[in-house]
Amino acid sequence: MENKGLNKVDLIFEKINNHEVLAKGFKMSKDEIIQEILDSGLKGRGGAGFPTGMKWKFTAAEKSPEKYIVCNADEGEPGTFKDREILDRVSNKVHGGMAIAGKAIGAKKGIVYLRGEYRYLLPKLMIELESFHKMIKEIGYDFDIEYRMGSGAYICGEESALFESIEGNRGEPRNKPPYPTVSGVFGKPTSINNVETLVTAMMIIQHGAKNFIQYGTKDSRGSKVFSISGDTPTPGIFELELGMTVLQFVNEFGDGDTKAVQVGGASGFCVPRKKFAETIIGFEGVPTGGSMKLFNSSRSMYNVLHNYLDFFTEESCGQCTPCRVGCQQLLKGVEKVKKGEAKSTYLNELMKLADTMKIAAKCGLGQSVGNAFKSIVGNFKEEIIY
Amino acid sequence: MINLLINDQKVTVQDGTTVLAAAKKLKINIPTLCNHDDLCVAGNCRVCIVEQKGARTLIASCATPAAEGMEIHTNTLKVRNARKHIVELLLSEHRSDCTKCYKNQNCELQSLANDFAFGDHVFLDLVEDHKYNIDRSSPSFVKDDSKCIRCQRCVRTCSELQYISAIAVANKGAHQKISSFHDRPMSQVVCTNCGQCVNRCPTGALVEKTYIDQVWDAIYDPDKHVVVQTAPAVRVALGEDLGYDPGERVTGKMVNALRQLGFNSVLDTDFSADLTIMEEGTELLVRLKKALVDGDKSISLPMFTSCSPGWIKFIEHKYPEFLPNLSTCKSPQQMFGALAKTYYAKKRNIDPSKIVSVSIMPCTAKKFEADRPEMRSSGFKDVDFVLTTRELAVMIKQAGIDFRNIEEANYDSIMGDSTGAGVIFGATGGVMEAALRTAYEIVTGREVPFGNLNITPVRGMDGVKEATIKIEGCVDAWKFLEGAELKVAIAHGLVNANKIMKMTKEGKAPYHFVEIMACPGGCIGGGGQPIPTNMAIRQKRMKAIYSEDEHKELRKSHLNPDVIAIYKEFLDQPNSHKSHDLLHTHYVERDNY
Repeated sequence: MENKGLNKVDLIFEKINNHEVLAKGFKMSKDEIIQEILDSGLKGRGGAGFPTGMKWKFTAAEKSPEKYIVCNADEGEPGTFKDREILDRVSNKVHGGMAIAGKAIGAKKGIVYLRGEYRYLLPKLMIELESFHKMIKEIGYDFDIEYRMGSGAYICGEESALFESIEGNRGEPRNKPPYPTVSGVFGKPTSINNVETLVTAMMIIQHGAKNFIQYGTKDSRGSKVFSISGDTPTPGIFELELGMTVLQFVNEFGDGDTKAVQVGGASGFCVPRKKFAETIIGFEGVPTGGSMKLFNSSRSMYNVLHNYLDFFTEESCGQCTPCRVGCQQLLKGVEKVKKGEAKSTYLNELMKLADTMKIAAKCGLGQSVGNAFKSIVGNFKEEIIY
Repeated sequence: MINLLINDQKVTVQDGTTVLAAAKKLKINIPTLCNHDDLCVAGNCRVCIVEQKGARTLIASCATPAAEGMEIHTNTLKVRNARKHIVELLLSEHRSDCTKCYKNQNCELQSLANDFAFGDHVFLDLVEDHKYNIDRSSPSFVKDDSKCIRCQRCVRTCSELQYISAIAVANKGAHQKISSFHDRPMSQVVCTNCGQCVNRCPTGALVEKTYIDQVWDAIYDPDKHVVVQTAPAVRVALGEDLGYDPGERVTGKMVNALRQLGFNSVLDTDFSADLTIMEEGTELLVRLKKALVDGDKSISLPMFTSCSPGWIKFIEHKYPEFLPNLSTCKSPQQMFGALAKTYYAKKRNIDPSKIVSVSIMPCTAKKFEADRPEMRSSGFKDVDFVLTTRELAVMIKQAGIDFRNIEEANYDSIMGDSTGAGVIFGATGGVMEAALRTAYEIVTGREVPFGNLNITPVRGMDGVKEATIKIEGCVDAWKFLEGAELKVAIAHGLVNANKIMKMTKEGKAPYHFVEIMACPGGCIGGGGQPIPTNMAIRQKRMKAIYSEDEHKELRKSHLNPDVIAIYKEFLDQPNSHKSHDLLHTHYVERDNY
């Protein structure tokens, strides 16, 4: 496995001449843009890691007079706060990335779906957006962006639930297929990308795929913004090159007593100390949308798990059986085991339930509840039982 | 066309076919729960999951379109384990008091449990963790959230078929539930009591409010004279709950069974359907005359039928400005009720206070209708108890009647005679057809110009039907209608009623007379009809209704001997003062939430 070690970089927040980069992007044909993104190996920065170039290619291939580029700024994963920082500091790059994406897929319209709790950013974003629209006009390109606010539901970060929310409906995931590239918001072909993905795409246009792939590994190209929290002396936002081990990460950010790192938030994986050295942070190991939570030995992993399950029990949309009822069963089940009201072997039944949820739930939320559950119960069984 | 493999068998299906439907083609059944033929795909219960080769997860077969080269397996270990989990999860949030439940043995969750989750259950009971509400506020149905498994069939029914959305999904996660506007009781929201949700609920979360015990009490009470009326659509559906295939006419057996149950007199709503035609037909002709000849601007056209209490409540909530367009005629049930405790009582020399009037209806809204304060023109509650087709089947089972093998019998006299015109009230377009058969003849002195009296343009399952009938050769009294083109429309299912109302509101409805039934297919698809009800079953019941009509000797309302007699002996003439007192009503404006 490729190990690049821990390297801090400064690309995402780097100040650039937006006008120049966009002018460069708009001079490229849509096929050239898509090829550049494909060559860069960029994968979605929201967590799921779908290749961005493919997403654009599929959307571009759809024949429709109306298409959308949607920026998913419903940053709700527990422990993730990097999109907030990006929007606060370099929203011009987000808007620029959307325009580039719009050019690639043939969309004249962009929508930013902003997390309800980030409403306070809106006045500043509106000012930025106005100057962006002005600049786009100067370049002589037709592209319009509008902001839509979320209202605090975690599920609305799921792409199809997000579309439902934009359309004014209850935020519930849709059946797939059709995928957003075919039928997204308002039933039109849509490319939905994370905030950071769009900024990274902008960066790729600026520096070229050739330079971009100097960073990261074969499976995880480039750098990534991490949201670091928990038992760390240096919580906050850090941009790191992809391809480090959890151990290298902990050596930099841990407090010397780290027993576990939750990579990827509540829907991510818990990596215990014994696996720090062998686990790469990235798509070849544990993927993350940016959330890195460190736990030291003072923390009860039962409490950590309970907190996550409580969260999912609350934030499931409630639509499909495996997620709605499964979350409640997992939560109630571990409580019973902890209290000694159910045998410790009951955890095995719950592990099987987590497997079912992974393959039978309707959307990514229900499918990923099992990640945290299985990795925490699997690695810290004694803390759950006793 | 798309080729795929299911359980290693090749199947070719049309583009857009679901995996579920493709499997059905191969005679492979995949269990479902949230799926219903009448409704859009939800894909939320996940019971119908199957394995697709190469896919990361299992897929919901109801929600996944077949794709070229797909390889599906419906019964792998992975599928079986997951399905068992899913059924057990559903059971863990469902109050499984099956032996007390009205839906016992007619519950889709129960049969899934039988098939997939017998034996010990793994999961913990979640029912106790929730504060569940049992809403008994509606006179028509009971909503018990502790039995709800959130399949959302009711929600989809209320919005897609009925355009009401009295119920919708509220909250999320563990707190998600099916709720009403501000969580109000169902009696205080826009609900029309149509019972379409009740008919589609797979469990006992939505059931009609039963009055079986009250009816038995009346039957057993020696002081009471219990009369029963049966709606047209009941006779073509009751059999389904008693072992017959859909579409079987069981009129004679039903009459015999009712007599055996102990009703003192078994009478027919078809009689008052015929009476409705006389009243409503006359009302229409009078309105036309006032509007077209007298130029009376206060006359509201088009005139809407008023037989369907679900429709009445819909217009009261949603389009109250058009209440003057409604015919003032009571529904056949309520006409019958008013006459049972007046005309019938007098003829049979029975103290009306001793009469208990029961009706067997394909409908849950009729329970609400009977409770309306306007419906007491006999001086008593005109209809005391309304039972659905399903409740009657329960009574017949309780009484130990061998329904398949009993003899057929005829209705009793006085308000027991009927014509084919009364029968077809049970199907969408039927009221229109019956009205035209009579009105045309009144105006022209000739039969309607359709072969064998079958006015086919108004029949069938299209959501909105339109027809134009040219009136020629009028008799002297109706000469003013000479050459006029009578424009009519028919809608069934409130989503279609809404289309007509929208047109009316925009001033784009060119009709004189519009028939509207709240339920898809009309009363044959009523909320009180046997479960399941779907398009195929509605069509069979409809066919049976028209066959009942064809088999009738008399097929025009004005020829009904009991109707002729009642005008002669009691009511004088259609729209007479007495008719207005007993057979006509008024409506109220209601809130739209």
